[in-house]
Amino acid sequence: MEKKRNDMKGMPVTTRELTLSFGPQHPSAHGVLHLLVDIQGETVLRAEPDIGYLHRGTEKIAENLFYHQFVPYTDRLDYMCGMSNNLAYVLAVEKLLDIEVPERAQYIRVIAAELSRLSGHLVCIGAWGVDLGAMSMLLYAIRDREMVLDLFEMLCGARMTYSYLRIGGVRYDATEEFKKKCLALCRILPEKIEEYEKLLTGNRIWIKRNRGVGAISGEDAIEIGLGGPNLRASGVNWDMRKDEPYLVYDRLNFDVPLGTDGDCFDRYMVRIEEMRQSIRIIEQCVRDMPEGPFNVDMPEIVPPPKHEIYQNMEALIHHFKYVSHGFKVPEGEVYCAIEAPKGELGFYIKSDGSERPYRLKIRAPSFCNLQAMDTLSRGEYLADVVAIVSSLDPVFGECDK
Amino acid sequence: MTEAFIEVAIIFVKVVVLGFILFSLPLPLTWLERKIAGHIQVRLGPFRVGPHGVLQPFADMVKMLFKEDVIPEQADRLLFRFAPIVSMVPIFMVFVAIPFGESWTIPYINKEVTLYVADMNVGLLYILAISGVAVYGIILGGWASNSKYALLGGLRSSAQMISYEVALTFACIGVVMLASSLNLIDIVRAQTGGVTNWNVFYLPVGPVWFVIFFIAGLAEINRIPFDLPEDEGTLAAGFHVEYSGIRFAYFMLAEYIAMVSMSVLAVILFFGGWDDPTGLGWLPPIVWFLLKVGFFVYLFMWIRFTLPRYRYDQLMTIGWKILIPLSLLNILVTGWMII
Repeated sequence: MEKKRNDMKGMPVTTRELTLSFGPQHPSAHGVLHLLVDIQGETVLRAEPDIGYLHRGTEKIAENLFYHQFVPYTDRLDYMCGMSNNLAYVLAVEKLLDIEVPERAQYIRVIAAELSRLSGHLVCIGAWGVDLGAMSMLLYAIRDREMVLDLFEMLCGARMTYSYLRIGGVRYDATEEFKKKCLALCRILPEKIEEYEKLLTGNRIWIKRNRGVGAISGEDAIEIGLGGPNLRASGVNWDMRKDEPYLVYDRLNFDVPLGTDGDCFDRYMVRIEEMRQSIRIIEQCVRDMPEGPFNVDMPEIVPPPKHEIYQNMEALIHHFKYVSHGFKVPEGEVYCAIEAPKGELGFYIKSDGSERPYRLKIRAPSFCNLQAMDTLSRGEYLADVVAIVSSLDPVFGECDK
Repeated sequence: MTEAFIEVAIIFVKVVVLGFILFSLPLPLTWLERKIAGHIQVRLGPFRVGPHGVLQPFADMVKMLFKEDVIPEQADRLLFRFAPIVSMVPIFMVFVAIPFGESWTIPYINKEVTLYVADMNVGLLYILAISGVAVYGIILGGWASNSKYALLGGLRSSAQMISYEVALTFACIGVVMLASSLNLIDIVRAQTGGVTNWNVFYLPVGPVWFVIFFIAGLAEINRIPFDLPEDEGTLAAGFHVEYSGIRFAYFMLAEYIAMVSMSVLAVILFFGGWDDPTGLGWLPPIVWFLLKVGFFVYLFMWIRFTLPRYRYDQLMTIGWKILIPLSLLNILVTGWMII
């Protein structure tokens, strides 16, 4: 029976929940997050992430590429910290190949990964600020991220999509000037972090907006698969750099900051503290970095430098083979994970002994973190959803793959 | 007969001049706000159009005028058109009762002109009442857009305005008690004769009055940290999310003029209006007045680019649990002090 408008007369007034389509075109959607939020008044009943707007089939693409050709695609996963993605992938392939990169390359890789952690966390905190109304915070964070990007530019010429790490080493050596600039950054950035803390940490409004919002206990966080700073904010001491050390992290001296309440404010404080620890790591790496080669001496995996190709027959052949045929990787499967800025970033590769991966699977931290959206935001206010999204810090290149 | 005619003519001229100034005020203000934002955020702000971007507001105005005026299909077309006007007109009407100074003698014809349009004996009451009407524009705009975000913005603004209007009015009561008049000119006269006579320095209650007034005023004009109706982090743009072109400009205009009117009120009620703090008289009173107003306008902008915003329920808590009880207590103390 069709109801006409007039039939509504005399019916009791009822309230009904509202389904709000939050994103994908929304200032706080962090890219293309689409949240379906059911609200009653301003209270959130359910929040369901609807992902896939940035799906590019990265995993499938990998099956059709040589191992070394896939590195640029990893840049575009978490585009805020391309170096970490490079690292996770090349480590996985190197594990399959069973090779160890030279010490110098390992130190350079750690510096690159920690710099990208800095840039990732800076963007996270800046975007968080602007989502909650502190607009200047974004500009300050972006300004200071610029110094990190300058360092990357010095290292490899690119500012966003680096493809700097290669299987078997790194693409270019870290110069003395780069080291000097790194130390300069380590000197300047702590002051800037102090500045952010002055703006936000002690700010009554910031505390009110984040304290107790989206709290999750350690057990629940493990159960739901949270990772990285979000997990550590709940007091779970799990950091791949400490617990399953890779590269030279076991030789470095740094702390893993932990939160207690698992609310947005703890997630913020963990990130701030992690930036300080990253600076410590970079300082130590620059100090301890040994001289030596920055690539493995295996011409079929790392082709000789360009200028040799024009003069040396052998070099030309290696280069030609590398570009046209790639290199074979022994049969087997491997899972290799690193502590990316957003959490555990893992690459699972199954190799059938050819030049291309048979199957590649990415364990993207943003994807796993976003699962917690519903649990965290139930019963909170609509405005808190924004704070929670910012605190989970999803990047959709990575989440949608 | 001629006397009356001249009086009417003078009022007419004053209204036209005031209207013109108010309409053109957002032009420098938007430029100023963007410049201040730029410098706070270590960037330049507008720089392309004209020297230091001074012509940027004109470019923006041209853009606004030529933008397509979109009315959503599901919108209530009449109310949708009506809402920007409702939010703008009352803000302009506020200025009828606002005095900018005592009087000014026009040179050559030696005619003394008062620097206000109307000398109302209930000026303050009129201003509070009229500026309360402006909230209807926001509510109607939010409702008529027929968009969920706009609706939420409208709902928030109605709750916010109602709670903060109470605190704002209570904050003004103290001033009225001191001056024993609702007339703004009398209120300023009561404060003349040096800084210590300003209401804000009427210890110990004066500063409390001013703080309550200032916080409630921030909420009243929708500025950060209380800009919840347009909370771009959550509601995209809140009540005016569906508006474009010149209708959106009306809302903007209203917001800027509201900011000026709140600054003007703060100066008149608490900072001695056009009273010269130095007592030397080396600047005409109107300049002092404008300087003080400018300071408050700057303060509003400064706050906007420094603080995050409150959440809806926290805003309500501040209004009902802190500001209103505090202002009631303050009324008691003021009454006791006067007796």
